[in-house]
Amino acid sequence: MEYFIQQLINGLTLGSIYGLIAIGYTMVYGIIGMINFAHGDVFMIGSFIALTAFLLLTSLFGPAFLPVVLVLVLIITMLFCVAWGWSIEKIAYRPLRGSFRLAPLITAIGISIVLQNFVQISQGARVKPLPPQIQGGVTLMEGATGVVQLSWMHMIIIATTVVLMTGFSLLISRTSLGRAQRACEQDRKMAALLGIDVDRTISLTFVMGAALAAVAGFMFLLRYGVIDFYIGFLAGIKAFTAAVLGGIGSLPGAMLGGLLIGLIETFWSGYFPIEYKDVATFSILVVLLIFLPSGLLGKPEVEKV
Amino acid sequence: MATASNIRPGPTRAASLEQGAFVWSVALADAAKAAALAGILGFFFIGMKTDIAGDGLVLSYRWAALGHAVLIVFLGRLLLDALLGKAAPVTTQMLTAGIFIAGIAGIMTQDATGGSLPARALVGAVLGGLIVAVLYGVALWRRRPAPARAEATRQARFAIPIGIALVLLALTLPFLITTFLPGQQRQFIDLAILILTYVMLGWGLNIVVGLAGLLDLGYVAFYAVGAYSFALLSTCFPFIGFWSALPLAGMLAGMWGLVLGFPVLRLRGDYLAIVTLAFGEIIRVVLLNWVDFTNGPNGISGVPKPTFFGLEFSRGEGGFADFFGLEFSTIHRFIYLYYIILALAFLTNFVTLRLRKLPIGRAWEALREDEIACRALGINTTNTKLTAFGIGAMFGGLAGAFFATRQGFVSPESFTFMESAIILAIVVLGGLGSQMGVVIAATVMIGGIEMLRHISFVGQIFPGVDPVQYRMIIFGLAMVAIMIWKPRGFISRRNPSAVLKERKSIGADLVSQGEGH
Repeated sequence: MEYFIQQLINGLTLGSIYGLIAIGYTMVYGIIGMINFAHGDVFMIGSFIALTAFLLLTSLFGPAFLPVVLVLVLIITMLFCVAWGWSIEKIAYRPLRGSFRLAPLITAIGISIVLQNFVQISQGARVKPLPPQIQGGVTLMEGATGVVQLSWMHMIIIATTVVLMTGFSLLISRTSLGRAQRACEQDRKMAALLGIDVDRTISLTFVMGAALAAVAGFMFLLRYGVIDFYIGFLAGIKAFTAAVLGGIGSLPGAMLGGLLIGLIETFWSGYFPIEYKDVATFSILVVLLIFLPSGLLGKPEVEKV
Repeated sequence: MATASNIRPGPTRAASLEQGAFVWSVALADAAKAAALAGILGFFFIGMKTDIAGDGLVLSYRWAALGHAVLIVFLGRLLLDALLGKAAPVTTQMLTAGIFIAGIAGIMTQDATGGSLPARALVGAVLGGLIVAVLYGVALWRRRPAPARAEATRQARFAIPIGIALVLLALTLPFLITTFLPGQQRQFIDLAILILTYVMLGWGLNIVVGLAGLLDLGYVAFYAVGAYSFALLSTCFPFIGFWSALPLAGMLAGMWGLVLGFPVLRLRGDYLAIVTLAFGEIIRVVLLNWVDFTNGPNGISGVPKPTFFGLEFSRGEGGFADFFGLEFSTIHRFIYLYYIILALAFLTNFVTLRLRKLPIGRAWEALREDEIACRALGINTTNTKLTAFGIGAMFGGLAGAFFATRQGFVSPESFTFMESAIILAIVVLGGLGSQMGVVIAATVMIGGIEMLRHISFVGQIFPGVDPVQYRMIIFGLAMVAIMIWKPRGFISRRNPSAVLKERKSIGADLVSQGEGH
């Protein structure tokens, strides 16, 4: 029982990270109908920026100001990742606006190759270990079979995710930017006719996705402490799977899908052979899509003839 | 890398630059912005580096390198503004990215054993300059007025002679190589074999994506099934031999195509894409972990080589060279392999071209254009999709079997998602549904990436610089650049299978991309 609850907590933490990346996929998909394959690599870029910024700031301030440093690192990571996201959109996706839909998919794959190799060359191919920075936590239960511990790390990740998700939902539902986004999602031409700067809105969508991916990268670094230039691939695919599982284009769906994927993965690793955890995740995706072809919360496409 | 003025340029800037006038203040501001962005992007990646030291990480600084990169971007951007103005903003973006990368290329080599920083910066500048020159030429060429109709038909008229010439070239290529490049024959024939393997894979995937319009991101799964089927069949049952194992591997892969195609029948668009991707990953992970069956990460070695009517390509009695009274040479086997893959690729192309004339091929293309209309006309979409998946998978499997026998070794590492992505990129870069496009794209991309392995002469001029490690970056950037310049691929015209009055080629824009896109 204790083991089960501990796995549940771990799963929710991992799921939060997937969910944050998945939002980036689902938003971009919702607005321009494109799979942004480079998004996982933006997450990787984010974790590298976080690592370097963390080392830089601790060498400047010393280890005494850890909370301040962490908050600063988070902000710096988001800002620099936003610059990356914006540049990628500008170079690879904006010129193909209105082109046929496979073209940006291919440029996204190209950008993904570029980013991976750029980081590999500039930072080296070896994994970068960062010792755990935040230790300790609260012991929730103590039973015969084990201990359930809710570490500060888990709390920070889950709390950050909840805060970001709330802020984000408010942004989409209450602000004029959110309205513009939803308008572009429904009908880009009509939105442009009504005075919405469609290109700017789409750019901002990418930028927001990049910022969330940066947060995910930061938390991934703190939680798992090991990053390399290749982490973006698997995390990206998992997050994309999460977005599709939840119903691509739906924000709550992305979060739900992320949590589900995180839970499936953690529970499978806890009770079954760990090597097959990806097979389990993908098989559940396939089976679920056979019965719910538009995901959990996705709206079935209405076809007009 | 520029202001947001692509779409709606500000009045002063638009007026000055679009008329071709060069205004220093505008250009300087533009270049400064590009340089600032390069500084931001490079800050944590070029300016600093984390290294493992002891049991922790240390940070080292490379501010000089960052400064050089920013300077190169600034000067490069200024040069571009002077040359291009704002008339081709998209090109300018790409070029600046190219310059940025080239700047890094010169500066940031991991083991700076020799070569001072300015020297390496100079290499970067030279490389960047070369890229600029080439792309500038392309940009100028693209500014020509669009080809007139007459030219389009002229292109179409030359299609057949060019095709025949290419077939003849392909048939005689090994002998041309052995005659004219005797020193590097092995290397070039190997490269030709590699390119042909990708041509065949591209043609196989073209059936699924280009003709039936189903976006398949996991094509490598069938390549893997073919390779492993062949490797297992020929190592466990040595009496089967290459020529019986090859079709068996193709059939097994085709069956897997049907099996995996079945659950995805109801899915549309990107749901289909992710499920095929998931299948690709599942097969790879299973191959990696089912050690009893596949030998896991160690792979299967000792896959037998093909024989020529029972003759082995070995030295001594009973070998190929001995039988025909030739002097033994290892190159014979490579030439033989070349002809096998050439025959397989031609088979793929021939079957595809013939199928396009049969009802099933017409049904594929109809499915790509409009699935609902297909159903309304009584086409069985289930069978249509399944045959596309199955036949595409079969050719992927044949290519996989060939891969296994050529390498003599298979392991799960060869079948990653990146492989699927490269095959898909070849199909899309060539022009979806265009057979000729696949050939061009495979030659350019695969040949290009292999050629980039041999640019090490730069390192000889400037010691300490190893440009070879930048080839994947160049590969990725080339994918982006080609897609932006030619969103419909290298071949932008298509020949419809069914015509009303006269047979003529049409623009690729008129061809639908199917539901997966």
